[in-house]
Amino acid sequence: MNKPFSRRDFLKRTAVVAAGALPLTNIEIAFGKNNPKNFNFAYISDSHITQIKGNKFVRNWDRGLIRAVAETNLLDPKPDFVFYGGDIAQLGKPAEIDHGLEILSGLNAKTHYVMGEHDYYVDLGDYWQKQLGADHYSFDHKGVHFVVLNSILTYEKWMHQKWDKGMDRMKQMARLDNPHGQPFMVGEAQRKWLQDDLSKISKDTPLVVFSHSPLQKIYKGWNFWTDDAEQVQALLKPFDKATVIYGHVHQIQYNQIGNISFNSAMATAWPWPYPKSYVQKDSYMPKLTVEMNRADPFFERDATGWQFINMHTGNVDLNYVLPDNTNRIVAFDSKAGHPADKDFQYKQTVAQDHY
Amino acid sequence: MNKTLSTISVLAMTLSFSHTSQADNFTEADLKHWNDEFMSVVDHGEAVFHGGLKNENTVSCDQCHPNATNIHPETYPKFQQQLGKVAVLGEMINWCIMNPLEGEPLALDDPDMTAIQSYIHYERRGVKLAPGKH
Repeated sequence: MNKPFSRRDFLKRTAVVAAGALPLTNIEIAFGKNNPKNFNFAYISDSHITQIKGNKFVRNWDRGLIRAVAETNLLDPKPDFVFYGGDIAQLGKPAEIDHGLEILSGLNAKTHYVMGEHDYYVDLGDYWQKQLGADHYSFDHKGVHFVVLNSILTYEKWMHQKWDKGMDRMKQMARLDNPHGQPFMVGEAQRKWLQDDLSKISKDTPLVVFSHSPLQKIYKGWNFWTDDAEQVQALLKPFDKATVIYGHVHQIQYNQIGNISFNSAMATAWPWPYPKSYVQKDSYMPKLTVEMNRADPFFERDATGWQFINMHTGNVDLNYVLPDNTNRIVAFDSKAGHPADKDFQYKQTVAQDHY
Repeated sequence: MNKTLSTISVLAMTLSFSHTSQADNFTEADLKHWNDEFMSVVDHGEAVFHGGLKNENTVSCDQCHPNATNIHPETYPKFQQQLGKVAVLGEMINWCIMNPLEGEPLALDDPDMTAIQSYIHYERRGVKLAPGKH
């Protein structure tokens, strides 16, 4: 069952983190304490800020983001930066993007952004890019190479067909279970850019790639999927250590494919069921993933959350902060060579049945 | 009494001589008509479920329940622990309409309520009934 985890507990636990006992420091001990390359960053995603009318926005989604910002600011040690994983807005309206950015302006660390489909399809990303800059870019930080991709593109022909309004296109893409939905893809141009970008990086440099959709194939019906995932994976393959961190799925997932670790993030807005709970279609959840508990709708923040991530020797540990659920830590297990849940992976203790 | 007996005997003779009249089977035309009627309500339910309610905050059912997942219609009626009583599916649908959707509840026989339930059940077709399950 869900274990209530109150704000007070969180503050207490944060205080413990600050004192250097749990849970951040434990992980660092396990993988090499005092490595000067260790650092952490926070990751917030999928807020789906929704304008009702004028200055009225959906309260529930606002609260999720406000809470994530407030808690991120309490982190100690302070994160080197924050990533925002996409879908600030529900329908990509300038008012929604601006309202989301206004809330995110409360963060006291530099923030990097990833494009989500809910930010993109009304105007093909124009307003988002005007506010936030390029949708794909890379940078280096403390010996780690970070890459951001826009993975939510689709067929040019579909995007550029004659639409009465950009909002018609957005509404097609905003419906997760749209039977006429189009598959996400990174596309040839960005793959070429990525190839060039990575050609300058030595293969022993730890690589962390951010995308909105999973760069692996889980369930096409909800776009838990990127159509050219294998082609992107092939570009990451020559690296000793590569990690992909993605949003979109509003749930905990993790996987290991060869040298590439995959970790998903929670949404601050609402959780999604695992695809296997749709009984009419098959899906491919990575076996490695220990699922999170089913959300209790009566606690509106249940199964939503945000993450802080620490990097040590080039791999990531994700600490999922879940306000109304037991917090989870999915850390890279160097012996097993894949991400593993610190509490559940080897204990045969599973989350509630998903059916 | 005599009339009843003779009716029974006529029925028995009919049954023994004519295989095709053993049961009053529905015609293909009937079945198609009834299925079309049902599917038109399922289709309406799909539309209501995907933003067709008139709730002011514009939040729709499918945002949390793509393909009507994680509703488990086969488990109702069940003890809905958060409500402290045994509830039917329509009551939980109204809870969602009143809370995350911040809207007005529907009458349990409102055509939109019937449509939403038709869509939810249709997306869950083939799953065994499990009333009371959690």
